[in-house]
Amino acid sequence: MSPRQSFGRLWRRHPTLIIGGLLLLLMGLAAVAAPVLGTIDPQTIAPFDRLRPPDGQFWFGGDLIGRDVYSRTVYGARISLAVGLGVALFSIILGLAVGLLSGFVRLIDQILMRVMDGIMAIPSILLAVALIALTGASLTNVIIAITVAEVPRVARLARSVVLSLKEQPFLEAAVTAGTPFLAILWRHVLPNMLAPLLVQGTYIFASAVLTEAILSFIGAGTPPAIPSWGNIIAEGRTVFHIAPHLVLLPGLALSITVLAVNLVGDGLRDHLDPRFVSRL
Amino acid sequence: MSPAVPLPAAPLLELRDLDVSFRTEGGWLRAVQGLSFTLGAGETLAIVGESGSGKSVSALSVMRLIPDPPGKITGGDILYQGQSLLGFSERQMRQLRGNDISMIFQEPMTSLNPVLSIGQQIGEAIRLHQGADRPEARARALDMLRLVQIPEAEKRLDAYPHALSGGMRQRVMIAMALACGPRILIADEPTTALDVTIQAQVLDLMRDLKDRTKAAILLITHDLGVVAEMAERVIVIYAGRKVEEGPVRDLLRCPRHPYTRGLLGAVPRLGASLKAEKAGRLLEIPGTVPRLDQPIIGCAFAPRCAYAVDRCHRERPPLEARDPGHLAACWRAHEMEPL
Repeated sequence: MSPRQSFGRLWRRHPTLIIGGLLLLLMGLAAVAAPVLGTIDPQTIAPFDRLRPPDGQFWFGGDLIGRDVYSRTVYGARISLAVGLGVALFSIILGLAVGLLSGFVRLIDQILMRVMDGIMAIPSILLAVALIALTGASLTNVIIAITVAEVPRVARLARSVVLSLKEQPFLEAAVTAGTPFLAILWRHVLPNMLAPLLVQGTYIFASAVLTEAILSFIGAGTPPAIPSWGNIIAEGRTVFHIAPHLVLLPGLALSITVLAVNLVGDGLRDHLDPRFVSRL
Repeated sequence: MSPAVPLPAAPLLELRDLDVSFRTEGGWLRAVQGLSFTLGAGETLAIVGESGSGKSVSALSVMRLIPDPPGKITGGDILYQGQSLLGFSERQMRQLRGNDISMIFQEPMTSLNPVLSIGQQIGEAIRLHQGADRPEARARALDMLRLVQIPEAEKRLDAYPHALSGGMRQRVMIAMALACGPRILIADEPTTALDVTIQAQVLDLMRDLKDRTKAAILLITHDLGVVAEMAERVIVIYAGRKVEEGPVRDLLRCPRHPYTRGLLGAVPRLGASLKAEKAGRLLEIPGTVPRLDQPIIGCAFAPRCAYAVDRCHRERPPLEARDPGHLAACWRAHEMEPL
């Protein structure tokens, strides 16, 4: 099958995957190419352009102190995507480690899982706020804080996949073939965990982007100097009745990104061995 | 690995008074008790019994794969070419598994890893045990696929398990098991999950491969039809104990233990109902396998046995030879007539 044909098939079967993927790709490109997308320095203050409505020069208008909201939104994509990607990556890695340990080592399973239950018992926003308060506001700390809140979800999923894989005859067959434990882990366990973890990763991505925005919005996230979407919306909140574009346009970017990631997640879930993933 | 030069008379595999128990909430469950048998090079030995009789447990214990906890080999010994496997380290056992002793399973649909291609899975053992590189392992895997008579072997090499039928998958399993030229192949209900025509093909294939590879087969089954097709000697296990052992023809012609007779009576025979004098229903063995977590007094089969006398409920019958090589553990074995 040519690439063109297989793309056509994918499009017919999982259009959400492609739409979401394209939207996400656009966002990613915008984040990377922010300096050349007709933007100016997002920190430039222009007192005369305060609360300027959107026009040909200020596409998204000007904010409270006259900064270009369009530039700030485009640069904000960098923050949001970095947080989403970072949190998804780190929580998958940590959650996978915890899940593998508790799935294979019965002795520490109970301990690890109770710790995870403990973390999950605290609302993730609250937990992140507490962690930020403890460590101080910075982009790295935001990523760490949201990761801590997301790890238990991955750990539980990974553990349940390990437990169901352990019952699979093909693992027993690998053992009877004399395969060492690490080789079994690498060739038989991990590849079969990839699909569910990838899908879970997209949902974590979306949720991390939202959580970062919420944290910024309540002033407990990324430092105000950094133009994250949450910060832009938070700053515009006070003047929503006279300049709604300060909230609506960055909010739109946020919604589109989260929607795109979720579309990709749903499409991936359907595309990657639906039988296996839906059983979990 | 190269074991010490075996004595010419030493059997390939010998189990001596093997006891395997499982720890349960109600105490120790004795799954296998005092099981002894030998398997000669190139021989096919069938272990027959119903579900829960301990046949799979004894096979897994040969591989030292009883999950511990809760299981434990509590007594006896397992000798491979005269060496006790119980003294082997886990590392030594890993070198043995898949290389000297390999195993095929009942469930071909789930015994293959869905994310690896057929060629990768067959090649895995070859790379593992014989240090072959990827192209070498791939070439050997292709040979193995041809050996197990899979059509269009080159194409199948890169296929994934979901694209194969049950019979094909079982052939792949056999190819995987035989890839390193094992001395012993343990086949745990290899045809149970297949439909009848495929069963016959797989059995034919196993017989053919056995002649070619000279591997001994330890065949675990409850299907006496398969036993008659494949085995040279048969062991019948009931409630974890060997109740009868003998050459396949003697044992099937004149079973000395009522349990074996019951098993044979439960096999439908084509055309049997046409004969007037033998017309009738399939025989069933009433009752179920006894609980193994409580000590059994007397013969374990006595509560289900049509031949049972008082003595059977008090004393356990010893395993005694009735004909050369034909042993049975029954007080009334001498009364049993040929079928």
